[in-house]
Amino acid sequence: MAKNYKRPDSLYDVATHYCPGCGHGILHRMVAEAIDELGAREKTIAIAPVGCAVVAYDYWQFDCAEAAHGRALAVATAIKRCQPDKLVFTYQGDGDLAAIGTAETIHAANRGENLTVVFVNNAVYGMTGGQMAPTTLLTQKTATTPLGRDAKLAGYPLKISEMLALLDGVYSVERTSVSNPKEAMNTKRAIKQAFENQLQGKGFSLVEVLSMCPTYWYKTPQESVKWIDESMSQYFKLGKLK
Amino acid sequence: MKIKINSKRCKGCQLCIIFCPKKNIALDKNLNESGIAPAVIIAEDNCTGCGICFLMCPDCCIEIEQKI
Amino acid sequence: MKTKILISGNEAMGEAAIRAGCKFYAGYPITPQNELTAYMASELPKRGGIFIQSESELAAISMVYGASASGVRTMTSSSSPGISLKQEGISYISGAQLPSVAINVMRAGPGLGNIWPAQSDYFQATKGGGHGDYHLIVLAPWSVQESFDLTQLAFELADRYRVMSMILSDGILGQMMEPLEFDDEVAPSGLVEKPWALTGASGRKPNIVKSLSIKYGDVEKHNIMLQKNYSRIMAKEQRFEESSLEGARVVVVAYGSMARIAQAAVANLRKQGKRVGLFRPISLWPFPAKELARISTKIKKFLVVEMSYGQMVEDVRLSVNRKALVDFYGRSGGGVPTQKQVEREILKTLSSVNRKP
Repeated sequence: MAKNYKRPDSLYDVATHYCPGCGHGILHRMVAEAIDELGAREKTIAIAPVGCAVVAYDYWQFDCAEAAHGRALAVATAIKRCQPDKLVFTYQGDGDLAAIGTAETIHAANRGENLTVVFVNNAVYGMTGGQMAPTTLLTQKTATTPLGRDAKLAGYPLKISEMLALLDGVYSVERTSVSNPKEAMNTKRAIKQAFENQLQGKGFSLVEVLSMCPTYWYKTPQESVKWIDESMSQYFKLGKLK
Repeated sequence: MKIKINSKRCKGCQLCIIFCPKKNIALDKNLNESGIAPAVIIAEDNCTGCGICFLMCPDCCIEIEQKI
Repeated sequence: MKTKILISGNEAMGEAAIRAGCKFYAGYPITPQNELTAYMASELPKRGGIFIQSESELAAISMVYGASASGVRTMTSSSSPGISLKQEGISYISGAQLPSVAINVMRAGPGLGNIWPAQSDYFQATKGGGHGDYHLIVLAPWSVQESFDLTQLAFELADRYRVMSMILSDGILGQMMEPLEFDDEVAPSGLVEKPWALTGASGRKPNIVKSLSIKYGDVEKHNIMLQKNYSRIMAKEQRFEESSLEGARVVVVAYGSMARIAQAAVANLRKQGKRVGLFRPISLWPFPAKELARISTKIKKFLVVEMSYGQMVEDVRLSVNRKALVDFYGRSGGGVPTQKQVEREILKTLSSVNRKP
């Protein structure tokens, strides 16, 4: 269908610090698009993570809080409880959501907080130089698994979304990716749906997006999207988990 | 229909090139001021305005204007 | 209309918070402050507020961060080990200048310790238990009435200066019951506009609540501004109470429930004709250094008594600045100095002669 494609209003017209081919850029735009399409910019409050996206507030034109590493869902819980009429979402990486923030994530989900979570899973800690993340795949080489992740030493990649889908308090969990156009369109749909769920008071909605980190996967962007499609999504299966 | 790529902002990730269904985008022979070879449209007439390049661009470098 | 009730220190602080307009509380159970958490659970929702029992003290402090960022008066409470957990969040709150209140009902440490009272968190509260150059306003009540009054003051000061105020209570003060008087009809005071709060960017530029700034020089500038704020607080908010300083040869310095015991010791010795007085810091940060410096031109012997192995005594020594002798007596780990022990120590200090400061 013929239409115009341009930068959404809620995305500042500035260069980003993200690496070439990083999924954050795509996701920041999709979040801004969804919020603009829903006309929700003036009532949106975002909570940025600690990670490469710590400066998300430099890119989004809505109110934004920084949170301590992992605590975004605790901060979001309070903001939403105090201001239930606002659209409150967290945007978190794999360390923020599934390592240091595991308790806050599980309990916000368990309490059924009416929040939206955009969970950017790129299987590595980018900001700090490419260390193992809870979602790092077995045999994947990182700064702290130089010989490749060994389950005996470092455990298995954490399927946090599958765990959250078990909770009664959770309304919706989806896993998508931004590694090819079909999945990217699905990601946009899922993110917008997760915002709509909150606006309709439906409850805790999480979208896990498999996203590229070419720099710390030691791959080109082309190899990176291939790795998501051929390896990452074999373990972290795409689809609606709840 | 107009399609523009902001070659100054382009980081040369090539996701648009990889996914353009018409193979209508390529790397510029010239470098931009960041020392990167940015993406350029090969033939504007061949562009169908599908928007896939825009969808996959992490830096919002692409703008497509077309009569709806 | 004046109300007078018999109530525990813990519950008095809860009542004070609600009357001060606290609208959001998050906390986790820990002895000896559980009565406060339970009080907030039952009272706060009845009176238009939100209560959450968080999954940990870590989560609670970040919830307070979020509530404060929303422009709401908010509080958390815990006891020593839980306050240790909150230090990260307290540092973030201080960096982001989020007005808030925390209550520490101190117990014995280090580690899990026990649930008996202690005053071993003075350093943690006043020297910054979290990272970075920041300060909390720290207030130390010595009665149930003061637990109430200072909690209300804590909210006002927090809003006035955009800082966290901490009430340093302890297991004795939290648990004991005393009469409490307050005016039933007084509305929350000291409320301020909060144009910086995250309320949705409608009709204004977006607000950001953060403490990070990657650009070189920004965080230094921010710190300089924070320090200026702390200087203002130091100039205006030093609080203390003095008794029987006229002609005193020894002045006991104590705070909180320790000051109650010290007061009894001082009174008993004065009955026996001994010239002793009591200096009671009420604000531990800012420490009432100015007044201590002033009185140490005349008073030449101080005895600091704490339920610790010597924390506040350092600030007394700094304030007195070698102009007078500063002795110390303390017990901790749940041990509470008795009135007899305090009297013995006062007499020791009194009778010490020709000791250079």
